[in-house]
Amino acid sequence: MTAPPPVTISTPAQKRRSLWLVFCCTLFGAAAQILIKSGANTFAPDPTVAEMIGRIFTNLPLFTGYAFYGISTVMLVLALRHGELSLLYPVIALTFVWVTILSIMIFHDSMNPLKLVGIAIIVSGVAVLGRGSHT
Amino acid sequence: MTTPFSSMAWVMSGSFIGSFGAVFLKAGAKRLQREGLIRSALSNWRLGAGVFAYLVSAIFFLFGVRNGELSILYPLVAFGYVWTMFWSRLFFGEPLTRTKFVALGLIILGIAVLGLGNQ
Repeated sequence: MTAPPPVTISTPAQKRRSLWLVFCCTLFGAAAQILIKSGANTFAPDPTVAEMIGRIFTNLPLFTGYAFYGISTVMLVLALRHGELSLLYPVIALTFVWVTILSIMIFHDSMNPLKLVGIAIIVSGVAVLGRGSHT
Repeated sequence: MTTPFSSMAWVMSGSFIGSFGAVFLKAGAKRLQREGLIRSALSNWRLGAGVFAYLVSAIFFLFGVRNGELSILYPLVAFGYVWTMFWSRLFFGEPLTRTKFVALGLIILGIAVLGLGNQ
């Protein structure tokens, strides 16, 4: 692990594309969570593991949710090739913002100041994470 | 509707298992060869273990979100970053910088505050 990493020089255009990719990744990622939750809401009270795995292939929201999750993961991997982590992580943290807004709108989740502050602190923590990669 | 503790435990256990997925993928990716990429990927048990860990963590997540609020459960996924940071130090010798500790502290504090808001 002591070998120096290969020097890759990313052009500004590539870096911009990475930011867009990771932004789209947050949209797909948030949509995936909403779809998976709405699929999970239709489960019987005590499903077996086999029933749940079966549902992933027969329940449209669940299937689409996992497909979106896959798409967002591929986008993230592509974005990470050229983007700067210190810029990408704050964008990645947007996923938590989208999921919170959509949960309130679609599932009528309750909100209170503690929840909002907690989510805001987590978002700031994830945003800071990328800056820690530089030593 | 409040979110049951069992749901939170499922999601956080899932993020713990998922953090090993990242470790295996990283260890596997290091051993990929440029020539015969597909063959070297398919015969790479570390990559397979990484994908398996992610699948298991997805099932745990699904168990978790059956009951409770997504606005409580989804942010718990960030706990996975905490584990990943420790494994990166342990398995790959990546330095734990002060900034990473700050990020880690914020994530744990945020989860604690979020938990207090779950009522």
